[in-house]
Amino acid sequence: MTDVLVVAEHRRGEVRDASYEVITAGRELAAETGGELHVAVISGTVDGFAEKCNRDGVDAVHTVDHGEEFNHGVYSQTVTKLFDELAPQYVLVPNSVNGLDYAPAVANRLGLPIVTDTIDLESDGDALTATREMYGGKVETTVALEGEAVVTIRGAEWPAAEGTGDATVESFDPEIDESALGSNVTGFEEVAGGDVDISDAEVLVSVGRGIDEEENLEIIRDLADALGATVSSSRPIVDNGWLPKNRQVGQSGKVVTPDVYIAIGISGAVQHVAGMKGSDTIVAINTDPNAPIMDIADYAIHDDLFDVVPALTAEFQ
Amino acid sequence: MKILVTVKEVGTVEDEFDIEGTTIADRSLNVDLNEWDDYAIEEAVQLQEAGIADEVVAVTIGPEDCEQTIRQALAKGADRAIRVWDDAIADSDLLDVGAKTEILGAVVEDEAPDLVLTGVQADDDSFGATGVSVADAVGYEWAAVVNHLEREFDDAVSLRRELEGGVEELTTVELPAVLTIQTGINEPRYASLRGIRQAQRKELAVADLAELGIDEDTVEPTLELTEMYEPESESDVTVWEGGADDTASELAALLREKGVAQ
Repeated sequence: MTDVLVVAEHRRGEVRDASYEVITAGRELAAETGGELHVAVISGTVDGFAEKCNRDGVDAVHTVDHGEEFNHGVYSQTVTKLFDELAPQYVLVPNSVNGLDYAPAVANRLGLPIVTDTIDLESDGDALTATREMYGGKVETTVALEGEAVVTIRGAEWPAAEGTGDATVESFDPEIDESALGSNVTGFEEVAGGDVDISDAEVLVSVGRGIDEEENLEIIRDLADALGATVSSSRPIVDNGWLPKNRQVGQSGKVVTPDVYIAIGISGAVQHVAGMKGSDTIVAINTDPNAPIMDIADYAIHDDLFDVVPALTAEFQ
Repeated sequence: MKILVTVKEVGTVEDEFDIEGTTIADRSLNVDLNEWDDYAIEEAVQLQEAGIADEVVAVTIGPEDCEQTIRQALAKGADRAIRVWDDAIADSDLLDVGAKTEILGAVVEDEAPDLVLTGVQADDDSFGATGVSVADAVGYEWAAVVNHLEREFDDAVSLRRELEGGVEELTTVELPAVLTIQTGINEPRYASLRGIRQAQRKELAVADLAELGIDEDTVEPTLELTEMYEPESESDVTVWEGGADDTASELAALLREKGVAQ
């Protein structure tokens, strides 16, 4: 019971990058426990996925050829049965929307603790210490547990696994209880389309919760006009209906890589940062000097946006 | 149809705060209704107003102090509330997913709702796993990260799940089910003064573990919170100091240097 089982993730025929990051996390953990690293690929074109997931340090890939797309019932039944078969110490899953749609059920079925959204892991072979954030990233905590566990891995915290491994690829054919599959995926829809594609913009003026009121967006639009920039936003602005979905930067919105990203009143939640950290130059305007956005900003102004933004606009008028 | 909504009073932290051991010092901590749960309450109340739900019940795990927060659910339209608390819960500084599953699962079994709505995650500990875990424990179907719910219920409900990268998944889920609700699914209402007055008269039942038929040992956390600290900043950010005119002028110079607005 020292092995690590990683469950890969794919969507619409592509292995998602998160899978390779979890393989790296799994490889590090397996090195600490002295066990083997197993990877499961479930549903879709599993042989092709297995080839892609056969990266350096992977000992075995288990393919489960059942259905095309993600179904949480298939995943929870399969991973539970693979756990019974392989008896690993840890099951690692991406902390993605789909990961969180089946990993808790696997933990419940197996009677194991679950630790989600981890950013660091250490194991001495029996005790696991997981690092995670609380209070919106303002604090980091470590939690400890003994024995086996299900763990979900935050994206972009571990580098993607590379290289080609020499894993054995084996088909695993669990009996799936079809009568227990009470959910059905009927389709997908791209929702972030529209007239403006913020991922093409060279300069983004991006606004967050700090703007307080919808009317206040006017000063952001004025600045964007003066700079010839495009307006984008963090999630709460779109949730409030103040800007359309195609303006949202982040994990569930668009990934942007402009030359200049001006983050105004944005604290920098991890989901937002995931969408904009590839920007060339990041400027943050925020009263809170400890806001997580400051960790990735190149330049910062710790001041009230209602003072700074009009002053900046005036510079260009 | 009966809807059970799980709600949580969460701790919120100011810009400046102190840590004492493995908790945030009381003086640095404020409390609020968990943002995601606010959307879950709104969704339930809208289903009631649309004539789809007959009863909306809110449930929380928390000490007496949190009643004011939970009454927000009643003020916004929930019919009654249940608060679960016990000395055995008070002793724990991190109620883990397994423990919450035992407690909320017992309430679901007692109440037998057709639909359970939970927030995707709690603002403070951000586990994001309890809804699915409870669903599995009680044998309900589920869907995580729901951002749209069709207003037609038969034996199943059609919904959308918000995946990454601006993609939504269209899914049908059989009832009874647990749905974890994402922010932005609706526009949560403010509690009206009338609603707040009415909430004072609505039932807020209190249950301990024994009343729910739960053994104290089963809610003992398997996770131990061992450390809490402020993350070390690896930032090499250049901070411009001075008044707004000075800092704006520094930023303007940088933007011009980068070729912006020329």
